[in-house]
Amino acid sequence: MDINHSLPLEYSTEENRLKIFGFWIFLGAEIMLFATLFAAYFTLYNRTAGGPDGAEIFQITPVFLETILLLTSSFTIGLGIHAMRLGRVKAMMGFFIVTLLLGLGFLSVEVFEFITYVHEGAGIQTSAFTSSLLATLGTHGAHVTLGFFWGLFILIQVKKRGLTPATANKSFIFSLYWHFLDVVWIFIFSFIYLKGMM
Amino acid sequence: MEFFERFAIPNPSFAIYASMVAAGITMIAIVAGLTYFKKWGYLWREWLTTVDHKRIGIMYLISALLMLFRGGVDAIMMRAQLAVPDNTLLDAQHYNEIFTTHGVVMILFMAMPFIMFFMNLVVPLQIGARDVAFPRLNALSFWLFFMGAMLFNISFMVGGSPDAGWTSYFPLADNEFSKSVGTNYYMIAIQIAGIGTLMTGINFITTILKMRAPGMKLMQMPMFTWSSLIANVIIVFAFPVLTVALAMGTMDRLFGTNFFTIDNGGMSMLWANIFWVWGHPEVYILILPAFGIYSEIFSTFSRRNLYGYKSMVWSMVLISLLSFLVWAHHFFTMGQGAFTNSIFSITTMAIAVPTGVKIFNWLLTLWKGKIEFTTPMLYAIMFIPLFTLGGVTGVMLAMSAADYQYHNTMFLVAHFHNVIIPGVVYAMLAGLTYYWPKMFGFMLNEKIGKWTVWTLSIGFVLAFMPMYITGLDGQARRLYTYSESTGFGPLNMVSFVGAAIMAVGFVLIVYNIYYSVRYASRDISADPWDARTLEWATHTPIPEYNFAITPEVKSSEAFWDSKKNGHVLFKGNYEKIHMPNNSGMPFVMSIIFFIWGFSLIFSLWIPAIVATLGIFACLTLRSFEKDHGHYISVKEIEDTESELRGA
Repeated sequence: MDINHSLPLEYSTEENRLKIFGFWIFLGAEIMLFATLFAAYFTLYNRTAGGPDGAEIFQITPVFLETILLLTSSFTIGLGIHAMRLGRVKAMMGFFIVTLLLGLGFLSVEVFEFITYVHEGAGIQTSAFTSSLLATLGTHGAHVTLGFFWGLFILIQVKKRGLTPATANKSFIFSLYWHFLDVVWIFIFSFIYLKGMM
Repeated sequence: MEFFERFAIPNPSFAIYASMVAAGITMIAIVAGLTYFKKWGYLWREWLTTVDHKRIGIMYLISALLMLFRGGVDAIMMRAQLAVPDNTLLDAQHYNEIFTTHGVVMILFMAMPFIMFFMNLVVPLQIGARDVAFPRLNALSFWLFFMGAMLFNISFMVGGSPDAGWTSYFPLADNEFSKSVGTNYYMIAIQIAGIGTLMTGINFITTILKMRAPGMKLMQMPMFTWSSLIANVIIVFAFPVLTVALAMGTMDRLFGTNFFTIDNGGMSMLWANIFWVWGHPEVYILILPAFGIYSEIFSTFSRRNLYGYKSMVWSMVLISLLSFLVWAHHFFTMGQGAFTNSIFSITTMAIAVPTGVKIFNWLLTLWKGKIEFTTPMLYAIMFIPLFTLGGVTGVMLAMSAADYQYHNTMFLVAHFHNVIIPGVVYAMLAGLTYYWPKMFGFMLNEKIGKWTVWTLSIGFVLAFMPMYITGLDGQARRLYTYSESTGFGPLNMVSFVGAAIMAVGFVLIVYNIYYSVRYASRDISADPWDARTLEWATHTPIPEYNFAITPEVKSSEAFWDSKKNGHVLFKGNYEKIHMPNNSGMPFVMSIIFFIWGFSLIFSLWIPAIVATLGIFACLTLRSFEKDHGHYISVKEIEDTESELRGA
């Protein structure tokens, strides 16, 4: 494998460059996935069929908490990649651990939020509104869950194998994924929660 | 026993039982054959675990041909049922099942893999690459497609076929109106195959944009590569929409959500919209690579460069953009109002403009060319008038006011077969004949090939032209019978005769393969058609690494330049070549996907959860795996090259 030392480690081989490029295209597909979910949500959000609507079930406290947790985690993963570029493995792993813990915190609040919804009679079968709401939030949450395990595996690999072109590449791609989930959350926060509470 | 009752078919008939027996015997024969000839190891090492784009391409081809015959049998049964008024060959339920599976199989499991076959075989060679960007992902794409197709195909024997049409409109596809597990098969089998297709899209965009031979600028890519690039961009933007639609449909049927239901606020029109936001671009995913193949064929057999290269590219770009803006023309009559309909009418008609540009470019390529009537060229020549006719009726259908007359009639059925068969199927058969010598080292028989083209074309005209007439007279599609007083009888009989002639055409293809395997000369050059692009610059059979030395390119017809204008393609010495390792993971993972899908279809929750964990276990293993591929040494390359050159 030819390693080009003039480039950052994650870009240093041909295979690495292809993987990063390919992942950007994958994120393009993910945008379409969430765009479709949003389109369905905006079509169905006022079809509550006698069940609760957004204003009744959305609460600012857990949502705000989730937003803070996820946005902070996006910042810490950025710091992690910065540390990786400087070659400081320990700092990088530290930031990755913080990121994953924040992600776990986000997921815990989201699970609590879902349980609350179900208790308030807004389960996935209640109405078209709740179906599309929970499908959209659930798809994002499933992405975060997957990301948690993926990030964990990469963290273990960095610990065991050190910073190599392969592990740096994986970490970088993971950071792209994590930032993307954050962007999606910003849309969810603004157009599902805030709009729904107004 | 109660547990097993769910696997029974709800509407059994003699034909289904006979198919079960036939399928069982075929399975036993395959297993026995592999064991007797001791081919299990060969199958596993050379095919099931391969990551070579050429072998994956051939597996796509085999699947596509199998599905072509499955879908073809469906077609013949439908035409036979409609051949005479008040026929009782099939009952309404069977007819519903057959037109549903015919559509799904032909579009998703025949045309799609056929296109994937060409992309896999040709694109890396045309751009002078060693393989695709992500070879293992490519294998996973194939196996997911294959398992999805197999899952869909067992539906009529286990649990019942889907019967809500290939569009599976809600509320018809809801649990209330589609009680059997058939529609679950539809939702989940297509989902599995669709994930594979999405990964193919990502893979080929990366390959084409990042792995071109040195010197090949975007505007110097061969036209088939351009068409593949655009088709794959459409795949990446359209398939996630299908993923969401199918997931919602699955949840409605399995988990009682209310996306497309009638009660509780659900909106069944949402399905129609989302489905066609994917569905219409899907049509262009099929036709653009077909256009690419025609472009290669027209320029090769006119012995001149493709006319209007830039306008060809820009027309495809325009088609790909417009393809996302026309979906509502599939349901003009469903009440979205005159204004919306007008907009979608105009965007639909606008697609005819770039398509027309392409037609004229092909005609102008022929103009003053030294035309050679080989079998692929004959298909291409047939394509122009027949496809144009389909395009013109498409513009008729695009007029939303007039569409109230055509909607859901045989006129529409005639139209889309009129574009898909000469447009896509002919291109696939032409391309198959064209690339056959590159794959297998001998040519298909030209005489039988030309007979096939004529048989298919005569059969096609007889089968589908009458439908335009009966459609305008009001014969509805998807109706299993009609009374004698409608007067549709004679024309439907003509259609049946046409369909039978087409069937003869497809049998001729099989015979041609058999005949050519036995009698065709193996002593042919690596460039038997005197072609123009890089895929013909390597040896036949194509070595594992494609090109011993990466070619250098200065024009869109690099190989032609090297033959006629003294361009030197291969400069420098052999160097060791890095190649990916084979892997059984894609195959194993796809089998787990199959089990996962099957369990969900029958609501077997525990196996479904176990299979889900299995899929994640595969992903985890892959994450921790260290696989840096292997190198082919200079010595090995020298040996291979001298052997291939000598032969």
